[in-house]
Amino acid sequence: MQVRETTAPELDATADLETTGGGGTTPPPPAPVRKQPRKRISWTTRLEIILLAGPALVIFVAFVIFPVAVAGYYGFFSWQGYGPAVDFVGLRNYITILQDPAFHDALLHNGMIAVLSLVFQGPVAILLALLLNRRIRGQSIIRVLIFVPYVISEVVVGTGWSLMLQTNGALNGLLENIGLGGLAQDWLANPDLAIWTLMVIITWKYVGFAVILFLAGLQGIPEELTEAASIDGASFWQIQRSITLPLLGPTLRIWAFLSIIGSLQLFDLVYIIWGQYVSSTAGTSTMVTYMVTNGRNAGSYGYGSAVAVVLFVISLVVALVYQRFVLRRDTEGALTGKGGKRG
Amino acid sequence: MTATIASNPASRTTVAAPGPARRRRSKGKAPLQGGNVLVYFVALVVIALMLAPVAYIIFGGFRTNSQITVDPAGLPSPWNVQNYLDVLTGGVFWNQVLNSTIAAVVTTLGVVALGLMASYVIARYEFRGRGVMYSVFAAGLMFPMTVAITPLYIVVKNIGLMNSLGGVILPQIAFALPTTIIILVPFLRAIPREIEEAAFIDGCSRLGFFWRMVVRLAMPGVITVGILAFIASWNSYLLPLFILNNEATFTLPLGVQAFSSQYSVDTAKVLAFTSLSMIPALVFFSLFERRIVGGLTGAVKG
Repeated sequence: MQVRETTAPELDATADLETTGGGGTTPPPPAPVRKQPRKRISWTTRLEIILLAGPALVIFVAFVIFPVAVAGYYGFFSWQGYGPAVDFVGLRNYITILQDPAFHDALLHNGMIAVLSLVFQGPVAILLALLLNRRIRGQSIIRVLIFVPYVISEVVVGTGWSLMLQTNGALNGLLENIGLGGLAQDWLANPDLAIWTLMVIITWKYVGFAVILFLAGLQGIPEELTEAASIDGASFWQIQRSITLPLLGPTLRIWAFLSIIGSLQLFDLVYIIWGQYVSSTAGTSTMVTYMVTNGRNAGSYGYGSAVAVVLFVISLVVALVYQRFVLRRDTEGALTGKGGKRG
Repeated sequence: MTATIASNPASRTTVAAPGPARRRRSKGKAPLQGGNVLVYFVALVVIALMLAPVAYIIFGGFRTNSQITVDPAGLPSPWNVQNYLDVLTGGVFWNQVLNSTIAAVVTTLGVVALGLMASYVIARYEFRGRGVMYSVFAAGLMFPMTVAITPLYIVVKNIGLMNSLGGVILPQIAFALPTTIIILVPFLRAIPREIEEAAFIDGCSRLGFFWRMVVRLAMPGVITVGILAFIASWNSYLLPLFILNNEATFTLPLGVQAFSSQYSVDTAKVLAFTSLSMIPALVFFSLFERRIVGGLTGAVKG
């Protein structure tokens, strides 16, 4: 994902070089891309570009860009989902949303989930990735098994866990079998517990994804560094702390970004396990369950669109702030790194 | 150990796959470091925790409802295949498997074809607006389907694709394009210019080069994005929930949910249905797990 941040500036840098370049003392032109000066492109090339990129652009605009724009439009109407939207209500939908305590709750839950996901999954995933990056017997089978929960659909996970966590379900049964029946709880409906139950399920489900990313990041760390350190007598854990973790930084920050955005969009699991009514009383409602409950299920598509816009703005602000303050140095680092690689 | 080495040749054939990781693997047999007992112990505990809920679902399908009521956490005794047989011999399950398969396969093919073509343009053509095109697709990451779902439903409804798999497939392709393009562009950029020049000298056109060389050279990346798209489609819930209201068009996730509310008293059968529905994604993933990690390495490193 980092590519997104790096490539745009990188293209700019290429353009700069093209315009300012000409000081011929630079070593042999490294990047083939800038070899030829930009010349007028021929009609056949233009046709090829349209032919190749056209279909993707059309589908993308029609089903991603356009609906998002439409959401902005319908958000100003009170609209039931059929016929033209005529009942213009201005900002009323937005005012209602921002004043609705149910939405505040949902926002709070999203915030908790975002923070707790980082706190729960991060350390666990780092440890697992370090572990799996070592040469141990059965390494590849262990990798596959750890990713199993990530691959299973949210619906299956939700159905399975909700059956397991029922008051007469497997978890309470297990506690009773080992003599800890006193610990049995109503894991799903108890408002003090439900959000923690949800966090456990989320951690279980998504930690595999973090491990995949971290493993990919670990593979990019040159072996020479750790070898040199171990020759100098550094222990395994010293190497991890002083070399691996700092170099894993960019991957960690991107994972955190994806995790936060994912937490803000959380829907499937909550909706399957708690349903549309229970989630708010159990204290696990999220902005998207709020949107589906009060939009589609209530037949108020205008209102649902407005919630979508609010959700989008919140995600966008979070993303921009994060990129501005956390990912920026990665972008710079990657840019110089890229130049170095090319030169 | 053997496993890691055995899987190497496959990935070493890649042109585009980032190199250093592979090199280091094939160097092989560093001495096993200390603390191994602890490492294996931790690994075992983690695996047990990861698999327990899955095992609960699978084993639960082999029990009867009375077994489940008497001891919710027990193992099947005796084993009972009737639930699985009921699900497998009923038409509902297979109909949903078919729907899910069509949706997933067409989505995957569409994403790979369109994504590869667009990535090729972005990676290998020189033209004004290339950066803009890339940014437009990359911006798509900011619009997860969740955000656009309500208007998306309206769009699909207006073009008359409600209750048809096409109404699920087209948006899924569109929303999978950003990730696909972001993963594929570095792969295509990494194809050496010399190969392209050699092909041109031999009289190959730009498009001919695309069909004959690029598609093959980008295979590792293509497989990665293909698997990701397949699994995402197989598991997708929110979009089908909005688009497919007719039971005959249900995909498996909708089916699982409908089944579990319809047979809510028949827990064992629900568990059997659920565990059968997760098999294809699992098989797919375990076949290609290494490719996914390899593909992400390229994307994450940037």
